[in-house]
Amino acid sequence: MNGGAAKIWALHLGVLAALLAAQAVLPAYHAGNLARIMVLAVYAMGFNIAFGYTGLLSLGHALFFGAGLYGMGMPVALAGWGAGAGLVAGLAAGGGLALAVGLLALRRAGVSFMIVTLMFAQAGYLTILYYTPYTRGEEGIVIDRAARVLMGLDLSQDATRYCAALALFAAALLVNLALVRSPFGRVMVAMRENEERSRMLGYDPFRVKLAALVLSGLYAGAAGAAYGLLFGYVGAGFASIQYSILPLLYVLLGGAGTVLGPFLGAALMFYLIDLASGVTTAHLLVVGAALLVLVLFAPKGILGTLRDRGLTWLP
Amino acid sequence: MDFGPFLLLALMEGLVTSAVLALTALGLALVFGVMRVVNVAHGEFFMLGAVAAWFVTTWIPGPPAAGFIAALVLCPLLVGAVAALADTLVLKRLGYDPDATIVATIGLLYVLQQAALSLYGPEARPVEAPFTLRVQLPWFGYSGYKLAVIAAAAVVLAGVWLLLARTRIGLVMRATQIDREMARAFGINVERVYAGVFALGAGLAAVAAVLIVPIQQAHYLMGQDPLLLSFMVVIVGGLGSLRGALVAALLIGLSDGVISVFFSPTLAKILATLFVALVLVFRPQGLMGRRAA
Amino acid sequence: MAALTLLEARSLTCHFGGLRAVDGVDFDLAQGEIHALIGPNGAGKTTLVGLLCGRVPVQSGSIRLAGRDITRLPAHARVRAGIAYTFQITAIYPRLTVLDNIALAVQSRGAKNLAAGSLAALDRVGLAGRAAMLAGDLSYGHQRLLELGMGLALRPRLLILDEPTQGLANAEIEAFKALVRGAVPDMTVLLIEHNMDVVMDLADRITVLNFGRVLATGTPAEIRANAAVQAAYLGG
Repeated sequence: MNGGAAKIWALHLGVLAALLAAQAVLPAYHAGNLARIMVLAVYAMGFNIAFGYTGLLSLGHALFFGAGLYGMGMPVALAGWGAGAGLVAGLAAGGGLALAVGLLALRRAGVSFMIVTLMFAQAGYLTILYYTPYTRGEEGIVIDRAARVLMGLDLSQDATRYCAALALFAAALLVNLALVRSPFGRVMVAMRENEERSRMLGYDPFRVKLAALVLSGLYAGAAGAAYGLLFGYVGAGFASIQYSILPLLYVLLGGAGTVLGPFLGAALMFYLIDLASGVTTAHLLVVGAALLVLVLFAPKGILGTLRDRGLTWLP
Repeated sequence: MDFGPFLLLALMEGLVTSAVLALTALGLALVFGVMRVVNVAHGEFFMLGAVAAWFVTTWIPGPPAAGFIAALVLCPLLVGAVAALADTLVLKRLGYDPDATIVATIGLLYVLQQAALSLYGPEARPVEAPFTLRVQLPWFGYSGYKLAVIAAAAVVLAGVWLLLARTRIGLVMRATQIDREMARAFGINVERVYAGVFALGAGLAAVAAVLIVPIQQAHYLMGQDPLLLSFMVVIVGGLGSLRGALVAALLIGLSDGVISVFFSPTLAKILATLFVALVLVFRPQGLMGRRAA
Repeated sequence: MAALTLLEARSLTCHFGGLRAVDGVDFDLAQGEIHALIGPNGAGKTTLVGLLCGRVPVQSGSIRLAGRDITRLPAHARVRAGIAYTFQITAIYPRLTVLDNIALAVQSRGAKNLAAGSLAALDRVGLAGRAAMLAGDLSYGHQRLLELGMGLALRPRLLILDEPTQGLANAEIEAFKALVRGAVPDMTVLLIEHNMDVVMDLADRITVLNFGRVLATGTPAEIRANAAVQAAYLGG
């Protein structure tokens, strides 16, 4: 391994070490926020695999996040499954739905792909509402404390919750890093950059994009399942269009096609909205204005801009 | 009520929905057809029209009809101006790149929603109809205003058709749609055409909203349903096809009216959404359109 | 020709609306030859090549590669089967490094040692010293070389070059000719080219297309002496 690789691993392991240390230093309120941010960052990382690396702009990722939440929440709350089995079910639900949506939506590109994903997600959201007797619709399901125990660890405790969120985040980050540095990661980027050229190098665009979308769905499903377990609540709101837009916002802010961008974007946006809601109730304005400013003035986001300005090794 | 008159009532309600939907969706189709921009904020222009109508009718004294007519003229102009501004400040600077414009119109959606929430508030408020007339049919009485909405929408649609088919403005728009660069070479100010089309599209949504507020109250979140329904219309009619959009609006408006009388509205929405997604996957040219070569 | 046949196309046809871009073409490539495809603008050269590499769907007729029917194979599968195509308009990945560009070709053929294979492939076209540059920052001539290098790195049985010398300086053309000569007889090369000096110098055989049909096939000397070809080019 050359010097570049050493730098890359040092940076990412350093971020993880800092997050581990942060728990000891930060007040409980911020540690709680950070746990939430890490789980949302896993969701955004999944979105980034599709959008940032492969060039697939989906407007329906809430479907996969919601699949993770309900894939975990329903069997745990209604059938008495354990947290571990629920987590696996949520992961599988996210990946499975991504596969199904991909098989259909990837027959279209560009604007049509975006609208098809949006429509499927809307249908999923309405389905949750339709089955309100089971899903409890907008009101949602509260997951019992007793059910939120994984390998003997009580996930409703602040400290274990933080560590569980960090463990998931670390695994997702390292897999993400290995993926984008792998030959397949290079092919994903090649699809984004020039699909026709990639086809004439022998890569099947449909299969590459489908694989990327399923990976993306697995991330979203894992994040959804973990979110429900760690914070004890599963609701239809998480499957609504807002939750399809949030990861887009995080990724655009942090930098599309960068490994740490989703986390950076999630953290900054979370605190931006948090701060703004202290001053004004207009938090929709913050989201809207952030989207407009980013797309107009910093389409590459923070890390993407840094990468252009000299940190070319940033993965 | 017997089944026959019941169905007639459902059809009439559907026709009102169709009329308003046709105006809204035509705006979306026009913007997509000429500019290749998917305007996710289209529903918010609709909402803006309704909210503006409430302000105008509240401020203008005298009989309800005076305020309403003022709203019908002023609100589309106002909303069109907002849209033209958004086009110049945002979309033009993005070079109308499809991904970037979608993200930008999502941003615009939130900004407009928040503006309405802050200036207008979270309440749903009614606007008084310009006249109250009850048309007595043999089986039931029906709101004369609703019939007037259908007629007014038809007049506006005919006007737009004349504008597109018979005037120089329409010719310039079609030329720009077919080939942006060629139009520029022929001395057409493409930027002005785009701003105009974006304003016209938003203005049509505003007209639809002003017509509907006496029936359905103004609320800052009211833009979502018209947006989704307009998407459906534009997809079923074939992306960018105006004639297809009109037929699809009639079809969807009528079936929406009829289906929601007989079935659970949520289930109807789920099936309709899935159906439309599959249309876009397997027949991107729309149900009526022919596949382009 | 005594040599083995690599590619056999029979009665290939492709119509766009009323236009017969390719109209019943029979076309053979011998193993290891350099074959040039020439003809006036609009003769159907690019469409014919598109049919061979799968970018244009075959409407009727058949294509066999080394005896295997590939008529219905999609383009990416034909690349895997051994047909590489380099674009007429330079199509590299400008925002990726030169090394990543070439690695995408090397890993596509399933090379074992990706790093070494990529460097060797870059070395072959003389770009090893520029591996870390962004491909978009290369000079035009170097971009064309990279494109050719990617085609070579796929180690195809048939390498199709679509107007490869367009816009190149004379010295660059000489380097290019040397590379193409070095590619045979391991590979077979099909060349679409407007520069007649390059064609006459490189090609073993030449096929002339006109109005979507084969006007003549033969050695450079035969083609030069062919009256019909002269009429098509001069009287065209």
